[in-house]
Amino acid sequence: MGRSLKKGPYVDPKLLKKVMKLKETGERRVVRTWSRRSMIVPEFVGHTFAVHNGRTFVNVFITENMVGHRLGEFAPTRVFRRHGAVTDKSVSLK
Amino acid sequence: MPRVMGIDIPGKKRIEFALRYIYGVGPALARKIVAEAEIDPSKKADDLTDEEITKISRVLQSGYRIEGDLRRELTQNIRRLVSIGCYRGLRHRRGLPAHGQRTRTNARTRKGPRRTVGAVRDRAARAALKAELGKKR
Repeated sequence: MGRSLKKGPYVDPKLLKKVMKLKETGERRVVRTWSRRSMIVPEFVGHTFAVHNGRTFVNVFITENMVGHRLGEFAPTRVFRRHGAVTDKSVSLK
Repeated sequence: MPRVMGIDIPGKKRIEFALRYIYGVGPALARKIVAEAEIDPSKKADDLTDEEITKISRVLQSGYRIEGDLRRELTQNIRRLVSIGCYRGLRHRRGLPAHGQRTRTNARTRKGPRRTVGAVRDRAARAALKAELGKKR
């Protein structure tokens, strides 16, 4: 079920405040955030966010097309390291 | 065989059903179109008068996305997801399901026929394989 329209998009209040402040001062700075669940709102466009992926921060530059998605969608949490890769290390264990 | 909107040629069926052969027209939309064009839904598609066919075409043009337009919209939507580099876009790129389905088993619609990937245990064979893969890249 989708979120009620009445509530508007979810954005971490702290994060939004930070971005608004940046906007006021016209400053462009990478904003570090753990709030992967925050929706990208039009105010975010043009800013760069460092979104946590559980281990490191992934730099995400927000473009207009990204509005409506969530920050976490742009910072993958899993790395696929192909199947059947037998390295010398894994063989020597046997 | 009557032609509705150029390319589509529905068969010897009741229009209510024949219209469904158009890409983008399903059961609900077919019924809606027939009602809007004020045609008897049980009439065979072959028996339609030219007048009735133009009526249907007019209804279809009044804001329904069908055939090429619909297909184009779909690919554009996917292209957008891919270009912004979001999770769903990445899944489309790899040809995997995009809605969080399991991929440990099943997901054959997206993944296609099974391809077995085995581990190469022999050290020499592995080195040869690695060299070959490197060449391809």
